[in-house]
Amino acid sequence: MVSPTHYMLLSATLFMIGVFGVLTRRNIIIIFMSIELILNAVNINLMAFSLQWQNSIGQVFTLFVIAVAAAEAAVGLGIILAFYRNKETINIDEMNVMRW
Amino acid sequence: MAASFTFYVLAALILLFGVAVVTAKNTVHSVLYLIGDFLAVALLYASMNSLFVAAIQVLVYAGGIVVLYLFVVMLVNLKRPPEEHQDPNRRGTLGGLMVAAVMGELVVIATYNVVRPAPAANAPTPVGFVEPLAMALYADYLIPFEVASMLLLVAMVGAIILARREL
Repeated sequence: MVSPTHYMLLSATLFMIGVFGVLTRRNIIIIFMSIELILNAVNINLMAFSLQWQNSIGQVFTLFVIAVAAAEAAVGLGIILAFYRNKETINIDEMNVMRW
Repeated sequence: MAASFTFYVLAALILLFGVAVVTAKNTVHSVLYLIGDFLAVALLYASMNSLFVAAIQVLVYAGGIVVLYLFVVMLVNLKRPPEEHQDPNRRGTLGGLMVAAVMGELVVIATYNVVRPAPAANAPTPVGFVEPLAMALYADYLIPFEVASMLLLVAMVGAIILARREL
């Protein structure tokens, strides 16, 4: 029997894989993909609790998270393209014009 | 029994694809692994009887967002890979240690769950079908739905303006 704990452990592990990618990779496109993994982990949690409590609200919020992820991907990739056109790099270590 | 077998297979697929996304050397391979991960998550939703959300996951994630990523990977010149640049401020081992700590915590939680199992889920009744979801989405959550559509419109205009040639 698959209990909610199984889904939560899967979700937390996927979340930590995404956090590891964000912390260790230098390629900003891969960092964005890690953020998508994190959002997917959140969605798995919402769906698991929707199944557990027999309530559709969790699925509604999953749909909202998917919509926000699509908006985030569009704007973020637009920013990456604009930055690449100016600086010829996708390395986040070289993206420090706002820092110094 | 069949349900838990399906869950374990799908969970293994999701985690393997996730690790492959994060560790792949080639960015195009990473995007392709991301498609596999999204499809496995969609299958997991389908195994929870949530066919509508599974379809949306395939359409929006595997169909839309991944194509956007592929376009950007193809537009950006990756001849100078970012991983060759060494930054002295980078904290790779610290990130690995933090992830290892949380994973250890997860292992403790999992063993605790094995020792004292949680109450089983309710009897599986069809919750994931479209009608209750549509009732909640278009009746109770109508205003957030419209706000989400406005957010998508703003994001679309913003992405077009950001990607214009003269910025």
